[in-house]
Amino acid sequence: MSIALIILPLMATPVVWYMKPGMNRARVLPVVGIIHFLFVIASLTGVFQLNPDAWFRLDPLGGWVLFIVSAVFAIVSFYAPAYLALRPDRNFRIFCVSLLGFISMASLVATSRHPGVLWVGMEAMTLMTTPLIYYTYNRRSLEATWKYLMICSVGMALALLGTFFIAYAADLGGMSGPLYFDRIAEIANSFPGQWLKAGFVLLLVGYGTKMGLAPLHTWKPDTYSETPGIVGAVLGAGVTTCAFLALARMLAILNAAGEGEFARDILVVMGLFSMFWAFVFMVRQADLKRLLAYSGVEQAGILAIGLGIGGDAIKATLFLVGAYALVKVSLFLGAGNIHRAFNNRTVPEVSGVINFLPWTGWTFLIGFFASTCCPPFSPFMGMYQLASIAFASGRMWVGGLLLIFLAMIFLVSSKLVLTAVLGDERVFSKEVIYRDSIGTVGPIVVALAIALLVGIWMPQSLSNMLEQATQIVRTP
Amino acid sequence: MSINLLLAAVILMNFLLVATGRAVQLVRRVALQGMILGLILLLLHDEWHIHVLLMAGSTVAIKGAVIPWLLAQALSRTKEAKSPTPYVGYTLSLILLAGSTFLAFLLARKLPLQVGMLGTLFIPASLATLFTGFLLLITRRRALLQVVGYLVLENGVFLFSLLLVKNMPLLVETGVLLDLVVGIFIMGIVINHIQQAFDSQDTKRMSDLKE
Repeated sequence: MSIALIILPLMATPVVWYMKPGMNRARVLPVVGIIHFLFVIASLTGVFQLNPDAWFRLDPLGGWVLFIVSAVFAIVSFYAPAYLALRPDRNFRIFCVSLLGFISMASLVATSRHPGVLWVGMEAMTLMTTPLIYYTYNRRSLEATWKYLMICSVGMALALLGTFFIAYAADLGGMSGPLYFDRIAEIANSFPGQWLKAGFVLLLVGYGTKMGLAPLHTWKPDTYSETPGIVGAVLGAGVTTCAFLALARMLAILNAAGEGEFARDILVVMGLFSMFWAFVFMVRQADLKRLLAYSGVEQAGILAIGLGIGGDAIKATLFLVGAYALVKVSLFLGAGNIHRAFNNRTVPEVSGVINFLPWTGWTFLIGFFASTCCPPFSPFMGMYQLASIAFASGRMWVGGLLLIFLAMIFLVSSKLVLTAVLGDERVFSKEVIYRDSIGTVGPIVVALAIALLVGIWMPQSLSNMLEQATQIVRTP
Repeated sequence: MSINLLLAAVILMNFLLVATGRAVQLVRRVALQGMILGLILLLLHDEWHIHVLLMAGSTVAIKGAVIPWLLAQALSRTKEAKSPTPYVGYTLSLILLAGSTFLAFLLARKLPLQVGMLGTLFIPASLATLFTGFLLLITRRRALLQVVGYLVLENGVFLFSLLLVKNMPLLVETGVLLDLVVGIFIMGIVINHIQQAFDSQDTKRMSDLKE
């Protein structure tokens, strides 16, 4: 039944494509979004019988990630009609098809049991999301599209080579039959280490590019700043989360083979470097969307550090993936609203949002505090656990640097956000068309509310799933 | 050892790719390289099953004909006969390629191989081709030539995948080829838009986005 998750959104694409132009096309998205989310929940609760030999199956790790991505997609899809209605001059046929293609490929990535199939899904996702970036049809977005397409394609080519290295290691290790992740984990200790290590480095470069780890993040600020907020939400909370899953799966192979320490060390170094790099570019940043992009680089770094610490930290990291995704959605959608109203995204042109758009202003401010790990939101809970595990396991340097970078990033980014939201009220020379409405603010409030709720109270079933997912990465 | 001869031909083709600046020639040479890859796939098997024939056939068709045709289409829409001078000159590029090919041979000795594959040039050829792709991607300014670079990079990855034809399921092989075609197709569309917006395919002109 897992295959239904992939096929369902694809079945909606011809409907959207051949529909009469108009707002109904955009209204298909929330319908698909909610059905997909319900299907994910049904698959997770075991309503559908699973065939153990199937190529596609939702295990707890993939299930957790798809749960997040599907929730993100549902929230974004409810925002889409109201947003697209603001720009009636644009034809959004390709836009809607690309969004549906994205969630279909995310399902493929999450349910695939084979590293090769996972790669095919990730690459297809890159291609599906490319038209989203070229939404505004101007020179700048064209440049961003070209950068995204070339950098990610090259990264994905290297990830493919890494996947082949792992497969070759399995071959030399005497593995026969399909290379399912669970089967690899059982016999990985007989694989030759050189091939595994070389493969992991290539995979880290490849999927790290998609996730936006420094120094492979260069597409991120350009892409996020030139696209509508809704696309930023899809890329920042959806695509990067899938890339995280790919990386976690590969780490699981190395862990199972007993070569995990090598992999974890590089992850920590790269993660800390990403945080530092993000900090450097956040100083004196004036562009709200670029700030969000660098915050994405920082968070990718934190997740890499979490994977690198390993052990119990995996659970905290998986929790953080979901927490960050929700908060990021609220911030990107909020930035989109601000951009619509002010027709600009840089301070000081954007100032005093709160006077003008109270809902967007407040949610953006709250979302900012949540994303910088302030209590009581879920990122704080995840970060608290992650840092305490880092210290408890004797990694004083890693834990210390993590907290120092976090504090520095909070300091430098708060100035920009506070000026934008609470600064002097701006006088507009011409009338502004955009006003907060339930359609453009509702999804943001929902995302933030879930992020708050999960930070305070985590359902037992979700916690169990998280525990099982942790075991998959930790193997054996 | 006819396979090693063909692998050597792939390496030779790398040098021919880096040596030229003419877009038409680059497209022709990358097409030829793709066809050689299909031939290697065919020779690698003792018995020619339907599966093998299908894979070899689609490789030759896609890498040797479909993709070069897509590139030629993108090429025919532009009036620019000459490509802008690359960031790194041809002579220096060739020297870099020679050095890295040498390194690829050294590196390949460090990695263990299957018994049946000992003595083949798969790994050095794959790594050298990979580097050729990188070199073209980084040094060429014209968008179309960067796509050729990506294609060469992909050829390097493909060469390595030949070592595991027996293990990679058809599903993955087909998916990879399909992704490649769609990828090049989308790149072609984007190049077309670049051509219209900037009146040139020179990526140096696209420099609005920076800190």
